[in-house]
Parts: sequence; structure tokens; C-alpha cells
Amino acid sequence: MDEQDISLALQQQVLDAFQNKTPLAITGGGSKSFLGRTAVHAQPIDISKHRGIVEYDPCELVLTARSGTPLQEIEAALAEAGQMLAFEPPHFGDSATLGGTIACALSGPRRPYSGSARDFVLGCQMLNGRGEILRFGGQVMKNVAGYDVSRLMVGTYGTLGILLETSLKVLPRPAASITVASECSAAEAIASMSGLLGKPYPVDGACYHGDRCYVRISGSAQAVKEARTRIAGDVVADAEKFWHALREHELPFFRHPSLSGKARLYRIMVKPATPPLSIEGSWLLDWGGAQRWLRSDEDIATLRRRVELAGGHVTVFRGGDRDEEIFQPLSGPLLTIHQRLKASFDPKNIFNRGRLYADL
Amino acid sequence: MDVIFPYMPLEFYTRVNYYACLHASRSHTSHPQPVTGVPLPHNRKNDVALNIGLLRALRSLLPPESVLVDAEDMRPFECDGLAVYRQLPMVVVLPETIEQVQCIMRLCHAQQVPVVARGAGTGLSGGALPLADGVLLSLAKFKRILSIDPHNAMATVQPGVRNLAISEAAATYGMYYAPDPSSQIACTIGGNVAENSGGVHCLKYGLTVHNILMLKVVTMEGDLLTIGAETLDSPGYDLLALMTGSEGMLGIIVEVTVKLLAKPERAQVVLAAFDDVVKAGEAVGAIISAGIIPAGLEMMDNLAIQAAEDFVHAGYPRDAEAILLCELDGTHAEVSEYIATVRKILTGSGATEVRTAVDEAERQLFWKGRKSAFPAVGRISPDYYCMDGTIPRRQLPHVLRRISEMSAEYGLAVANVFHAGDGNLHPLILFDANKPGELERTEEYGRRILQLCVEVGGTITGEHGVGIEKIDQMCLQFNNTELAQFHAVKAAFDPSGLLNPGKAVPTLPRCAEFGAMHVHHGKLSHPELERF
Repeated sequence: MDEQDISLALQQQVLDAFQNKTPLAITGGGSKSFLGRTAVHAQPIDISKHRGIVEYDPCELVLTARSGTPLQEIEAALAEAGQMLAFEPPHFGDSATLGGTIACALSGPRRPYSGSARDFVLGCQMLNGRGEILRFGGQVMKNVAGYDVSRLMVGTYGTLGILLETSLKVLPRPAASITVASECSAAEAIASMSGLLGKPYPVDGACYHGDRCYVRISGSAQAVKEARTRIAGDVVADAEKFWHALREHELPFFRHPSLSGKARLYRIMVKPATPPLSIEGSWLLDWGGAQRWLRSDEDIATLRRRVELAGGHVTVFRGGDRDEEIFQPLSGPLLTIHQRLKASFDPKNIFNRGRLYADL
Repeated sequence: MDVIFPYMPLEFYTRVNYYACLHASRSHTSHPQPVTGVPLPHNRKNDVALNIGLLRALRSLLPPESVLVDAEDMRPFECDGLAVYRQLPMVVVLPETIEQVQCIMRLCHAQQVPVVARGAGTGLSGGALPLADGVLLSLAKFKRILSIDPHNAMATVQPGVRNLAISEAAATYGMYYAPDPSSQIACTIGGNVAENSGGVHCLKYGLTVHNILMLKVVTMEGDLLTIGAETLDSPGYDLLALMTGSEGMLGIIVEVTVKLLAKPERAQVVLAAFDDVVKAGEAVGAIISAGIIPAGLEMMDNLAIQAAEDFVHAGYPRDAEAILLCELDGTHAEVSEYIATVRKILTGSGATEVRTAVDEAERQLFWKGRKSAFPAVGRISPDYYCMDGTIPRRQLPHVLRRISEMSAEYGLAVANVFHAGDGNLHPLILFDANKPGELERTEEYGRRILQLCVEVGGTITGEHGVGIEKIDQMCLQFNNTELAQFHAVKAAFDPSGLLNPGKAVPTLPRCAEFGAMHVHHGKLSHPELERF
């Protein structure tokens, strides 16, 4: 499909919506529609035609693309120059766009070691709720002029505005990578994965699944060879396929029949060294123990209380009642700041009303 | 509210000295003061009426030695690292608990008194410059390391803890805190968060924003917020990103949880000399294109090399037009492999000499030359003015050529020190404030350098912040709707606009007055017009 800039058409739609106080639902490829809360019924505004890589100079390690650009297209362009999006974003479907990925702040297995989607954002162009096109950040690595609005936009689920363009820092693909796995208990896996945080090895993935702890080691050929002698485990064949299936939720764990019934898929964030939580259900630990997936019938209120005690928070990732709060509720003063911020970007509350929180 | 800062007398001008105002946290001899019956301070330079009610309330909250009103006591707080701007505050307070900070904020909010927060005062853009009618809130007493958790790779510290002290405390576990601004022996973590400080290892390890997890923040209204979490992400908006680099405009940082990293097994540095700065710039691109992200990649031009060599005898080749310092870190075998590759690339890029530090002592010496470049330049010129623009790296030859042309035009020498890996340029303009007109020429030259950075798609500040120094240049980089959005963001946190007013984001009338040509996204409006 051809590249095109439809920002002026999008701006006109927002100006009309501002005038008439029409709620808008921002849509792209539709691959993330299962995430977050059910938004208030609204008029769709489609950004998928606003697409194309605007600028990419591998030598600068910076790529700028319009929000509707398919993630696949961006990754292909980067791969051609031996580079990658180091936050390894999940696509959750072929139609995934850059805008949706950034709006939902999605990062994959490499996240604890390289950084998250937000860490790689350098700048953005956006449409706020007054229909103004604004530019924040830039296309350079270091920039402290003005508030960091471009990183603020990451994970807002479209509630603050429409991302038109994002500039990202990109990195070289590692020259070599292997994955080793060893059988162990969840507690042993957590201990060994958290132990790796204190070692200078080029680890860029660690998860515990099906009684096995998987560790991915990536870097220069020599670095990988050397680390292999220091990290125990058998080399996994077809490792790339495994990490891809983990990232895309294509492992049988994520496709379990119970999920089409009563069970929900919970995303539980805790400190990585937190011992296994005794909550009924099936567990898969990613991000070296920092991001834990739980398939369970346990109700969300009970679960939140248990996880809060461990200093963590819970998202109802798949299933359950999407009219309830999907994300961990915010404390009073923090919610007030969120509401004021929302009003500062979107005074008539037209964008994705209720998608993130009922009161936002 | 727009605060106008008059130009300071010449004798104060930029003998930029990191340490000029560093001693703010020294213990003050206490003057036993009665809680009631406040004595009027003597020797106040500014004819600002002291808010007696406020002072009385502050003294009821804090011990006497923690409320300073005498000019002599407040002198160490009158400026930060940008010593050109000086201003005594109405009062300095030195709380030591979060509850005290909350009470102070509630009090100031109730009385509509502005508050400026201050860490070690090493900032280079005047972000901690006091207000004559405001409270200066020093966090110098918040200097405890609260916990170090190697299993979860994090440390929780109070904001007044020095940057380097965190790494020193974590060293027991083979870990460290990555961002290393050159003032790291003195600067504090609270200030690092406020400024989103960088350092020489940003390209590989990121800025402050990439290396913190959680903040405790007191708002102007006195609420205590937890922003971020001990987990890798937190529910809601990414206020952690917004707070980082917000220059004390959104809240008072009272606790910081940072990420710790495993110390690399080995670090090695390669020095390469070039007879042409353009070739050195191209070598930087070649290293990155080869898929290597060095831990540090720094460039210095001939004048900076000469100055550093005279000062610390780092062993730099004096006749080189430019040198590159390229540090590689990682495991033993990894570093060996990268060193071999980098040497080949440097030679292939036309380096006249490529040297790998033979041992740790020589590596330290190579870095010492770079890290003392600012004071080294300070020795060869009565005064200098340090700029902080960032540019896309491919623009380096063009920008250096323009800087050199302008140098001739203004009759002012410039030494260039450059975080080459991430495009952050520090031109140091040499001048003599005692020569009539040089100061004004220097400022104009500096403004034009920043304008040039914006024109080529860069930014007016990479790591030093806007503060009061670059407030007018913000009008070059952002248009009115963007600036209005910034003000709206501030109002979400601080509706009464009492936190550090007049810094970081200019008012729209100020920009109109500045009369700036807005050079947004590298494009001047009416590029066909000649400009002088």
C-alpha cells in the first residue's frame, strides 16, 4: 500500500468532534481491540491509512514512521539494515501498527534487558483534543527541552490524543544468539533468573514455562560463546520460534480452552525476585520473573489484594468483564492528576473515553 | 507569572565553575532563634519584604538551623552551576522528613508563595535559581540510602544522595547506577531526575529516565504521590517519564528508586587521532553502522585537545585536528572482539593514529583528559560559555563548519567537546568578560549556535536543561500551541503555578517579545529571506 499523510483529514475530523463534543474511538489495524476496557460507544476515527516510514537513517539509529504503518513493514526495513526494535514488541496479529503498539505500550521478552517501548521513543507528532497538531521530543538521542510528552503518550491507550508519527531509537541486531534451558521448579527459576541480573552476561530473555527455565543469550559471536560456558542448560533448537510464540501468545499456555470459558488471563507485575505466589491457576513467568502470566478463575478483587501485598499490580489481559476496571485502580490523588492531564490534552473528553479507566 | 531576570554585573559572568556553589549543604552554625517574635534579618541584599507570617509558621515546623533568612547564610544558595545568574531567596528551608516537606508545601500553597527546589546546585542552566519572593527548598538533608536490593537490581535512596554514592554503595554487589554526569561526585540523584541527566555512557545505557523505577513526589498542594512502581511498569499514564526532566516544575522529589546494573567485566578504551574533524565524524557513523554500540564515544577538537593536554597530560596527540575516544565494555571475549573490529574501522576511516589503552591506568588517563575538558578550557581563557545542543550526527560536518565560520565572524575562539555517539555537542565559547562587548557577542554567538542546532533537526539542550538560561530559545524550538500544552501539563500538577515559576517553559508573551523566528522541525518559515 502507498505511503500517505492524511494528518490534515484526521485533524478536520478531530476539529469537528471538538465542535460537536462527539466521542471518537481511535482505530488502526484492530489487532489490540481486545486490550483495555470497553470504551464508550463512539465514532471511529481510522488512522490505518496514515502510513509510511518518514525517515530512516540506519547510521543515526533513528526511525520515524506514521502511526498507521504496519509493524511488519517497519521491522522488515530495519532487518534489511541489520537493525531492530529492541523492545521486541508483540504484534498480536498481522495488522498491528506502530501507533497501536506505542499507545498500548507493548514490549516483548527483551524488555527487562534492553528497555520498554517507552524507553525507545524519542519524539512524536500528535493531535490533541483541540485538533492541534503538536510535536514533542525529536529525532535525537538526548533532548531535555520541554516536558517529555512523547514518552507520556506511550501506554495512554489513545486517551490523550492521536499519535500521528513516532520517532524511535533502534539498535543493531545481535550478531549471534542462543537459548539454553534447564528443568527446575518455579522457585529455582526465579532465583536463577534474578541472579543473572547481577551478572554482566549478555542475557536478553529469561522465562519459566512448563517446568523449564529458558535463558536467551545474544551479542557478539565471542560474547555468546563465552556466556554459554557460564550459564547452565541445554541448547534449545528452534529457539527463535519459541520466543516468537511466547511474545505473540501463541504457546499452548495462552491458547488454553479454559480461556474461552470462565478463566481469565491475568498479567501480574511484581519485583522479579518475588517468590512464587500461592494463587490457584497456571503460571508462566516472563521478563526474568518480573511479568507473570496467570490463567485462573480467581476473581480480580481477591487477586489484586494478594498481589498488592507483594508490591505488584494486576491487569486483566484477556477475558473477564471488560466493563470492569481492567487495569489496577489508581489512588485518589494520582487519579486526580490523571484526570487533569486528560483534560489538559482533551478538554472535551472526546478520545477513547473509558478505554483505560472508567473515570478517564 | 513571568519573572524577569536582569543581566548580572559582569564580574559574575560565567567563570563557569561546577564547584562555585557546591557547598550549599555544609552545616550551618545555628543561631538560636525564638519560635515567636521573629527578628528581622539584617544585611538583606534585596529590598524584598519578608513574609513574617510565613516565616513564623516555617519556624514552628522546622528547627531554627533549618530556616535561613540572613543574606550571609543564604549566599551559598543564590545560584547553581550557572553562576552568572544570582538571586537571594526570601528564605531557605532545609527540611529532613517527607512530612516536613508536605507541611512546607501546604503552607506555601495556602499563602501563594512560590517554591524552588534545590539539590546540590550543580545544574548548568539556572534551574535552581531562587526567587526573591520565594522559598528555596533545599533537599540537602535527604541523604540516606534507604535500601539496596541486588536480587531485584534496584536501590531506594533519598533525593540528596550523590550520584556516585549510589554506585559506591552498590559496588559490594558487583552492581552500579549507570548514568554518570561529569559532576557525579557532587550532583545528587534528585537533581539528576529533575534534569534527566546524561553522561558519557548514554548511548548504551540511557539517560536518567531509563534508569529509574519509582519516585515519591510531594505536590504543590502537599499531597504525597507514588509515581512509577518497584515493578517494571505501573498502572496509568507514564508520569515517571513526565516527571523526569521536568526541572522542578511539577513536584518535589522526595524519594527515588533507581535500577542497578551488573558492572561490566571489562572496559577498554581506544583513542584515535584524525587530521580532519569530518573524518572523525564519519568514523563514528562507521562504528555504529558496523553494529557496535560503544559504552562511550567522545570527540574533542584541536583546541580542546591542547587545553586538556596542558592541564592533565593525558597523552593526547597535540597535532591532531580531532580525537575520538571509544570505550567498549562487556565480558572479556566480547571486548576483545569489539576492540579488534573498532581498530580496523578507525584505521579504515583515515585515523592517523589508533591506540588502545595498555592498562587501566592509561584508560583512566584518557578519560581524565576528556572529563577535565571544561576546567582545562577554563585555564586558557578568562571566561567561557558552555553550550549544549544536540544534532543528528550526519549534520556534524555542517554544524562544525558553521560554528567555525561564526567563530571568525564574532572574533571568539571555540573549543568543541562532543558526545559523538548521541549527537550532543558542547561548544565552549572562549571570551573575556572584562573586554567591553565580548559578553554580549558571546551570548549572541551562543544563541545562533542553538538556533543552528534546531535548524538541522536537533534541540537546544541535550542534557543541561532549559532552566532560566535557554528559556528564550524554547521559543525557537516550540510553537505557541506546543508551549500552551506544556503550560497545561504543568497546571495539571500545579494549578496555582507556584513551583519554580519562570523556568523551563516561556510564557507566550515572552516569546512574542523575544521576537523569535520559530524554526520548527528544522524548517524556518520564509527560508528565502536573508537572515543576519
